[in-house]
Amino acid sequence: MRLLALAARRCLWMPPTLLGLTLIVFSISHIIPSDPARVLAGENAPIEQVEALRRKFGLDLPLPQQFFRYVTDVVSGNMGISLYTQRPVADDLLERLPATFELAIYAMILAVLLGLPLGVVSALRRNSLLDHAVRVVTISGLAMAAFWLAILLQLLFSMKLNLTPVQGRIDGWGPDPITGFYTLDAVLRGDWEMLGSSLRYLALPVMPLAIPAMATIVRFTRAGVLNVMSSNFVFYQNAMGLPRRVVIWKYILRSALIGTLTQIGLVFGNLLAGAVVVEAVFSWPGLGTYAYNSILQSDYNAIMGFTLFTGTVFICVNLLVDIAQAVLDPRGR
Amino acid sequence: MADEFLSVHDLSVSFGTEGGVARVLDQVSLSMRAGEIMGLVGESGCGKTTLARAILGVLPDNALIDSGTLTFDGADLLHAGATEHIRGRAITFVPQDPFGSFSPLFTVGDQIAELMRWKSPDRSPGERFYARARRSADMERTLALLRAVQLPEPERLLRKYPHELSGGQRQRVMIAMALLPEPKLVIADEPTTALDVTIQAQILKLLRRLATERGASVLFTTHDLGTAWEICDRVTVMYAGQEAETAEVVDFFGRPRHPYTRMLLDSLPTQGAALRGIPGEVPSPYAPPPGCRFHPRCPRATAICQDSHNAAVEPVAGHSVRCHHPHEWAAT
Repeated sequence: MRLLALAARRCLWMPPTLLGLTLIVFSISHIIPSDPARVLAGENAPIEQVEALRRKFGLDLPLPQQFFRYVTDVVSGNMGISLYTQRPVADDLLERLPATFELAIYAMILAVLLGLPLGVVSALRRNSLLDHAVRVVTISGLAMAAFWLAILLQLLFSMKLNLTPVQGRIDGWGPDPITGFYTLDAVLRGDWEMLGSSLRYLALPVMPLAIPAMATIVRFTRAGVLNVMSSNFVFYQNAMGLPRRVVIWKYILRSALIGTLTQIGLVFGNLLAGAVVVEAVFSWPGLGTYAYNSILQSDYNAIMGFTLFTGTVFICVNLLVDIAQAVLDPRGR
Repeated sequence: MADEFLSVHDLSVSFGTEGGVARVLDQVSLSMRAGEIMGLVGESGCGKTTLARAILGVLPDNALIDSGTLTFDGADLLHAGATEHIRGRAITFVPQDPFGSFSPLFTVGDQIAELMRWKSPDRSPGERFYARARRSADMERTLALLRAVQLPEPERLLRKYPHELSGGQRQRVMIAMALLPEPKLVIADEPTTALDVTIQAQILKLLRRLATERGASVLFTTHDLGTAWEICDRVTVMYAGQEAETAEVVDFFGRPRHPYTRMLLDSLPTQGAALRGIPGEVPSPYAPPPGCRFHPRCPRATAICQDSHNAAVEPVAGHSVRCHHPHEWAAT
């Protein structure tokens, strides 16, 4: 019951947070010294045509009024028309969403599955060879820029070794989407060839996203476990002779996970940001490539739409993290 | 002695730290009889907590056992290590900090159940599953003991999380948990330091009564001579990693023989008298004075005190003192 109340309270905070995000996104795109009406009309268009476009899109109105219009439009699902694709931005985003989510979710799963056990083991065997090796890998993982790692992996595995496709998401044109998640669609259809193909295309782009995410998770888990290991309740449980495996895998891990969980929410944000450059490197047809192209084309509506959209996703993920944290930690309820 | 069931003999323990090697226990000897309440008193840093940890078998990783023996009920605790049957069963623990000694993430009931799962008196060695019959027997036992430590509505309390309990309630639960495995010895390390003064006496008397009723001995460390006087049968005083004097509580306070004990008791505030301290400072464990570590502050010290500390004067009526120049044993 208290958990539900907490979830409700946190949900109430979402609209104001989103409004703030919209304000920031809107301000930034209107501070940039560029004239969307001029961009839209073309460099050589007569001034009357530019003014007509300006009036048509309400760009002649005072800024607060424009902001109000943008917010009411966004609430009703209208994010404007993309200059580049000439389609509603909302449609563009929804269409590309599954590709990015598929990438991000696989990267996250990989990061958590590898990161948690590695973090726990390197804390338990502190200063062992394994711990040092893990540290070298994680620090390098954090230090390398995602796009650089992406290009490097592409050069090695696709160009030199010919093990993976260079770019794209699947062989051929891709199937009619059921969910838009190709691996899931393949399983739903029972099309194992398609599953293999999409996994081969996923393998490389997932890496530069998963490695820094894993590094963060390893480091926070390790620190968390070490911190909890020196706490009084662990001392008490040892003094009372509880079996070591119970103390570690039940009591220490659960305490340490709370800190890691907060990080997972933040890591997901980094993952979405990293997706922009990684997708561009691999021509992955997702939100990242879309954002990358929009920036090159000065496509304001699309950039604002993308930022707002990923911001919303990030806020939702962190809402889930908060709720999960409250489930794990009774003190926060 | 046959009735000695805990015996510490010449135990020396050092801690390796970045600042050097600190010898925190220097040839400490101590013995306890079954069923008695023994107080281990001394200032902070005198080594009483380290001694308690050595008996529990949970010295920190940087601790080095230099010499000595530690036997409990005929078992060598120091080298064989405390086994499953000893740690948490025959010897249990009441911690100093009732706030941090529970995991904050599990209910009190879950944590007691976890203890009973592994340490219940009904558990046979190597048992892997927590059978329903044993579980309900353990639950009965738990509720009875929670009532015995005067916690109202124990069924409700078991569903609460540690942070929903007061400090006194938590320490009562800790005492219950220490007694649930039906131990022979309870190590209580400053069990009331974290609590309000008004609750301290209640809790200590409760611990004493319940342990005595169940035939368990208690080794109780404290820096507070007043509480030692109230609940102990015998008292050992430690100074800078060495034990100075052991006596029945009445003798300890009535006719102390070690100069340190005398000065310690004299330093207790009394009505109408000015506060008296002991001149000098507690030595650093990194560079302690040779021989008896109290000799630089001792008015009775002579050259021999620098050479050795081992001179334990033959105990009179169970009153042992480790001093070359003790005060005379005054028969009363």
